[in-house]
Amino acid sequence: MVYILIATGLLVCAIQSIRSPRMLHSALWLAGASALTALMLYMLGAPEVAVIELSVGAGLVTVLFVFAINISGEELQLSQHSIPQTLVWIVLFVVITLAGLLSLPALNTPFSGPEQATQLRITLWEDRSLDVLLQILLIFAGILGVLGLLSGHDEKQSEGKDL
Amino acid sequence: MNLNVSSIAFIAIIGLLGIGLYGLLITRNLIKVVVALQVLVKGAMIFVVLAGHLVGDVEIGQSMALTVIVADTIVAVIGLALAVQVRRRFGTLDVKALTTLRR
Repeated sequence: MVYILIATGLLVCAIQSIRSPRMLHSALWLAGASALTALMLYMLGAPEVAVIELSVGAGLVTVLFVFAINISGEELQLSQHSIPQTLVWIVLFVVITLAGLLSLPALNTPFSGPEQATQLRITLWEDRSLDVLLQILLIFAGILGVLGLLSGHDEKQSEGKDL
Repeated sequence: MNLNVSSIAFIAIIGLLGIGLYGLLITRNLIKVVVALQVLVKGAMIFVVLAGHLVGDVEIGQSMALTVIVADTIVAVIGLALAVQVRRRFGTLDVKALTTLRR
């Protein structure tokens, strides 16, 4: 029962984050979805990733969204979308049906048990060291992204000072 | 189909993928596009962990999900940085209004 509640809450948060007209509300609903995603990951036996998702997804990303919305401002009046609503629903139906049909047989895979499990530390640092290297590179790219987010702000301030 | 954790997670994953894709298709706001992408990636991330859970090797799923979280965060950062710069340069976040590249 708890699992169904968590899954329902997750879907409601995700829908509200898309439907909400105000971007700030959208970011807050997304933070709720991240927190419930972390709970679901914990339920699936992945507590380390759940903690990281909770701190990064619900914490850092939300702060970044609020910061970006604060800089760029709310924009409520947008043009109508050019993709016909019927086409959107058809594409959605096809994609969901294909994803469901292709991945549903995997649910019948017999659970082989946790006895083969090794420690995450060994898997991450020894078996998947290339992923760690990639993550380091991505973090550097993220730092450059944050600099991009902040750069125009400083120019504006310096222009204001010059005037 | 009995509703165990895997089945409920599977339903949530399909729902998240659908909601994220729907958001990507209908949204005109650049920041909302990043929000929709985040929802889509959350579905993919739970899927990776669920796959690890089903084959009994949760650690490999966890390590891949960790990479997904890092990549997802960086995509959000760069997307938001682009959105802010677009707003400064063009004065709008509307994707449809950004037709400069077509001319």
